[in-house]
Amino acid sequence: MPNRKPCAALAILAVGAALGALPGAAPSWAQVRTDLVVGMALEPPHLDPTAGAAAAIKEVTYANLYEPLTRIDAEGNVVPGLARSWTVSDDGLTYRFTLRPGVRFHDGTACDSADVKFSLDRARAADSVNAQKAYFAPIASVETPDPATVVVTLSRPDGLFLFHMASGDAAIVAPESAAANKQKPVGTGPFKFERWVAGDRVVLVRNPDYDGPKPALERVSFRFISDPAAQVAALKAGDVDAFTLFSTYEALPEFRNDPKFTVTVGTTEGETILSTNNARKPFDDVRVRRAMAHAIDRPTLIEGVLYGNGVAIGSHFPPHRAGYVDLTGMYPYDPKKARALLAEAGYPDGFETTLRLPPPPYARRGGELIAAMLAEVGIRARTEPMEWAAWLEKVFKGKDYDLTMIAHTEPLDIDVYGRADYYFNYGNDRFKAVEEELNRSQDPARRNALYGEQQRILAEDAVNGFLFMLPSITVQNAKLAGMWVNRPIQANDVTGVSWK
Amino acid sequence: MTVRRLPLSLRLGLVLVALLLGVALLSLVWTPFPADKVRVVARLRPPGAGHWLGTDHFGRDVLSMIMVGARNSLSIAAAAVGLGLLFGVPLGLAAAALGRWGDEILARLGDLVFAFPAVLSAILLTAVLGAGAVNVVLALGLFNAAVLARVTRGAALAVWRREFVRAALALGRGPLSVTRVHVLPNVAGVVVVQATVLFAVAIVNEAALSYLGLGIQPPSPSWGKMLGDAQTHLFNAPLQAVFPGAAIALSVLGLTLLGDGLRDWLDPRQRGESGLL
Repeated sequence: MPNRKPCAALAILAVGAALGALPGAAPSWAQVRTDLVVGMALEPPHLDPTAGAAAAIKEVTYANLYEPLTRIDAEGNVVPGLARSWTVSDDGLTYRFTLRPGVRFHDGTACDSADVKFSLDRARAADSVNAQKAYFAPIASVETPDPATVVVTLSRPDGLFLFHMASGDAAIVAPESAAANKQKPVGTGPFKFERWVAGDRVVLVRNPDYDGPKPALERVSFRFISDPAAQVAALKAGDVDAFTLFSTYEALPEFRNDPKFTVTVGTTEGETILSTNNARKPFDDVRVRRAMAHAIDRPTLIEGVLYGNGVAIGSHFPPHRAGYVDLTGMYPYDPKKARALLAEAGYPDGFETTLRLPPPPYARRGGELIAAMLAEVGIRARTEPMEWAAWLEKVFKGKDYDLTMIAHTEPLDIDVYGRADYYFNYGNDRFKAVEEELNRSQDPARRNALYGEQQRILAEDAVNGFLFMLPSITVQNAKLAGMWVNRPIQANDVTGVSWK
Repeated sequence: MTVRRLPLSLRLGLVLVALLLGVALLSLVWTPFPADKVRVVARLRPPGAGHWLGTDHFGRDVLSMIMVGARNSLSIAAAAVGLGLLFGVPLGLAAAALGRWGDEILARLGDLVFAFPAVLSAILLTAVLGAGAVNVVLALGLFNAAVLARVTRGAALAVWRREFVRAALALGRGPLSVTRVHVLPNVAGVVVVQATVLFAVAIVNEAALSYLGLGIQPPSPSWGKMLGDAQTHLFNAPLQAVFPGAAIALSVLGLTLLGDGLRDWLDPRQRGESGLL
């Protein structure tokens, strides 16, 4: 109520109070908000999704700032992105994309087939720093018959090609601005970059020249708050309107009981596993790995770590995807059986080992619980907390570890078990044969059957401890609509978000 | 020489430290529950008949964890101070005895250690060598050695200027012998007081490192880690932070009072110097 005399305001208050109608009258004056503050735990190291593996880069930029040829929608489907349509040849080797007309980059330059060719060639070049170079490896050539058409020829069929081209790593960038994207990102999306306050926030504003449907929001800030207690406080104070991938699970009951907030629990692609070094003794013995599978009480783990907000898995595949096979019953919690298997493998008194834990709460908490569970059957696991850089260097790249706990968040990443140089040190020719057939086949029913077979092989080999799916929990202002519930890809797509 | 009453701070300190020691020793033979027994269904219970101080977020008994935590805290602090005494005191004595170049080199080495706060250098060391009790002891021990070397040197230099030391030298005693017979007994009081204070500092620093996840590793409980775990439960179970916090505060208070009281009691200016010699 600007510039109204106090006495007049009081009179209105008095009348309003007398009628009991004042609270209901308020919304008619209030303007619908067009700004949004999204809270995230981690700050991105830079803002070029084609040059970094950090999920936070994509969580700021995907679909908001940059667009790939194809896109993943809220339900995980591949939908048109920069390309409005495409055709695939019968042999699965030639993809013909037709681009949206009139697309412009945020700096005003036109986006046409030449930019697509530049982006794909840049990603697959020998000196590429793309974090998912393997996505582009099947590409043999990229041709541009006209400005609106891109023809991509593959050297071998790739059933996931359209899926991979929808990832943030495949964002289309311009040759004029690509080099500076880390600090001053230029894309084609419905939002453009405004500023980055290091250590605090990245601000995006609506792109007035966007050729597609305009988002309801004018300004979106991504705020980075790593401390769990500060996350809770920021939500309560209204400093952030929504916090995605919220991981202070113990605070959820409180938010659920507060009508000002909505809590959504959705799926992610994060298979959380007890990664096991299959090449190292005693884990090279399948009986030892099976013993560990029997020793881990998954419902208790999910209760203790996620406060019940998670789904158990029995192999490396998310339950919400087609092709999932429920194998959670294969190794029921059974400490006696675990001890028997250990004895059979030559470890009647168990053994000592080290459990290296990266920083996320699910790993630190979960690791402590798993160590306690393993101790019950005689496996004395010493936990060793590590920072991200050290974990990536020693465990992930150096494969120097016994056990570790981590969520694998890339979508449809069961294929990593076919990579000989992956940090599990696992190799199974049957698995690789199925993988090869998967890459050749486009038929969905056949593909699902093959995925099922891969899941069974991994469960039988008990390659890793398959624990649970990391939930996608969003705590948000109850008046907010359109936030993604699930997280089929690393993204905070706010293009469809609005205030009620 | 008359026997004086012990200062109040010393008596209070002794009581608190004795309590701490008692709890730590008791935990060797008895705790209400095994301190590492996880029972998720019984988590975050308030204090009551079964669990006197309640249970933590994994359903472990808080009292048992505090008791074993006291033992862990004391052992690490004792080891860190012991390490400091072992290296710091001889270095300080040597610096005072050598004078000039030797003194200068040792003083600069000390500066190097003091350039970084103890917790920071401990974080650095545990980051390089890995988290765990042994590395915490090493990191804190290094800091303690530097502090004790500096304190010992200062006190020893003052003794070296005294007439009886000059007399001993004039009579043909070597520096080693003078250090052992005259210097060491005269700096012992200062060193003991300083060691007590460092003991309290070591308990706080160990808790800080464990809070950051760099100290004692689970399943062995640590007060600092308990505080760290309690942090995210401040909204729904604030007592989780109170008990380990109180344990740390009381221990440090006890040790500081003890150090304070010892200094008052041992201070030669209140004693009549001849009595000491």
